[in-house]
Amino acid sequence: MRVVIAEDLFLLRDGLTRMLEAHGLQVTAAVDNPDDLLAAVTADQPDVAVVDVRLPPSYTDEGLRAALAARRAVPGLPVLVLSQYVEQLYARELLADGSGGIGYLLKDRVFDSAQFVDAVRRVAAGGTAMDPEVIARLLARGRGDSAVAGLTAREREVLGLMAEGRSNAAIAARLVITERAVAKHTASIFIKLNLQPSDDDNRRVLAVLAYLNG
Amino acid sequence: MDMLTTRRHASWAAPLAWLRDRVTACARGTVLGMLALAGAVLIHPVLLVLALVPIPGIGPVARMLTDLTRRLCGEWCGVPIASPYRPAPAGEGEFGTLTWQQRRRWITGDPATWRDLAFFLLNPWLGAALAGGSVAAIIYGIFGMALPHGSTQLAGVISHPLYGILLAVGGFVAAPWLLRGYGEFARSLLGPTQHAELAQRVSYLAQTRSDTIDAGAAEIRRIERDLHDGAQARLVAMGMTLDAAGLLIDTNPAAAQALLTEARDNSVKALADLRDLVRGIHPPVLADRGLADAVRALALDSPLRVSVTNELAGRPPAPVESAAYFAVSELLANVGKHAEADRVWIDIRFDGRPAGGMTSGGEMLRGGNEISGMLRIGVTDDGRGGASPAVGTGLQGIERRLAAFDGVLAVSSPPGGPTVVNMEIPCALSSPKTSSC
Repeated sequence: MRVVIAEDLFLLRDGLTRMLEAHGLQVTAAVDNPDDLLAAVTADQPDVAVVDVRLPPSYTDEGLRAALAARRAVPGLPVLVLSQYVEQLYARELLADGSGGIGYLLKDRVFDSAQFVDAVRRVAAGGTAMDPEVIARLLARGRGDSAVAGLTAREREVLGLMAEGRSNAAIAARLVITERAVAKHTASIFIKLNLQPSDDDNRRVLAVLAYLNG
Repeated sequence: MDMLTTRRHASWAAPLAWLRDRVTACARGTVLGMLALAGAVLIHPVLLVLALVPIPGIGPVARMLTDLTRRLCGEWCGVPIASPYRPAPAGEGEFGTLTWQQRRRWITGDPATWRDLAFFLLNPWLGAALAGGSVAAIIYGIFGMALPHGSTQLAGVISHPLYGILLAVGGFVAAPWLLRGYGEFARSLLGPTQHAELAQRVSYLAQTRSDTIDAGAAEIRRIERDLHDGAQARLVAMGMTLDAAGLLIDTNPAAAQALLTEARDNSVKALADLRDLVRGIHPPVLADRGLADAVRALALDSPLRVSVTNELAGRPPAPVESAAYFAVSELLANVGKHAEADRVWIDIRFDGRPAGGMTSGGEMLRGGNEISGMLRIGVTDDGRGGASPAVGTGLQGIERRLAAFDGVLAVSSPPGGPTVVNMEIPCALSSPKTSSC
């Protein structure tokens, strides 16, 4: 699997590169600014780009904008955005095109390299990886004005784990229920959110998007 | 038929209003003129002497008459007059514990007292002529016509009925202007001088500055405490755990592994603490995207249904943005805690005015890419109402926060709701193109 990294801090860039290579991924380019990122993704056509939100010149949300620009330049390019903090607003913007292959994680998540590499692989495969903190805040909100409000508490829990990017098997393990029960819940979620039967991955992305927009 | 009557109404409305304006002006002028004559030269010195005698529960009596004039000028003449007096020294009030000496120094040491006196000297002549002028002209004009020429001394001046009519009509037509003239005359003596206005401004600025410094110092203490109890404590624990793991790594690798996991968890928690702290100091979205998106992010995190309308075309200065953000954040938290509301509407606008003058930060406008004006934020909820800065320390905190920028807060919250909080902060808006540099 081929990866492009955009991270302005040398130590983190170096650490990420080494960690991903240790897990058998190939880092084709490790850059420190948005322009080089755009050049690298168009030239290398990687399987996934790992991008820090804060990049020069203003060190605000250039990384986010660069990630969206990279996806416009290379349609469907999976992008994993890393940040020192997470905002629902940004998660929403990242997922807005509804095509999946999006990750949005706190930088702390790199401490657990196995889980982090797992997230990178999931995103590269077209799935989502929303940070549990985004999900926790969504759950805390629990407002009652949308299709999401029609979900049962259990379904919402399943949807939250789905948004984190977990497979049905992983969700089943976490909630201590059978995989069949999870499949039933997801089917019910798709119906309640009015998502037409299609490719399962795509529906999962759309369900997560509905959740964020709720 | 209906339309016809409304049209007739419309065609009559303007002249009727014109007439009504003049009749009211004549009536008000008469009252003010009578007051001016009644409050003749001697009354004020008497009141002034009385003012030196403390009367519990009542301020200086000499000022009651001038305050009445000020109020009437604002309501009737369209010339609002601010009170120019220096604030009462401590001790004045319900029980009046000022000594005679203190009281004398307060009253006679205030230049406004002597300007009041000048007003009372001029008011019975100049003031009465301005206020009562139109009614006098009307009466004189009509009498002049009615009485035969030369029959009385009063009618003597009017040699032809036409002059009488002209005088009466002229007085009637000019009534509103004469009334306004009276207001201006009163303001010239009863209003604060530029000096007094500046003095009041200075004392206001001194107050808000010391509030701002206090708030800043309290904030720094809070940050220090949070760092000490949070991230710092966790890093110390982490160091100790790592040290223990180092000792165990050869003898008991399994225990060392457990300690390393613990250390990692502690580092994650330390980062979470730091993240929360940063959010409380200067929220990252605010820095990245500005006020509107930061408020949107707040809305997303709120348990309430919040709609945000934004009409900002640029970004206010960072300190104003920050104050406005925390004000909205506090208001939303208040709504969540007290209002029992389901919905909140936040409306962010900027009303520009022609560039020039100073911004709230005191810096001169640089022209071109900045426009000065008023940042207005409205927060409305459908809760139970009853909010007031008098009872809520939260609202007082916001008021103080905004006061540092000459901003103001207005709360309308009748029992049963809805609650509308409007905030206004004068500031300059930089255009979006220049803000990203």
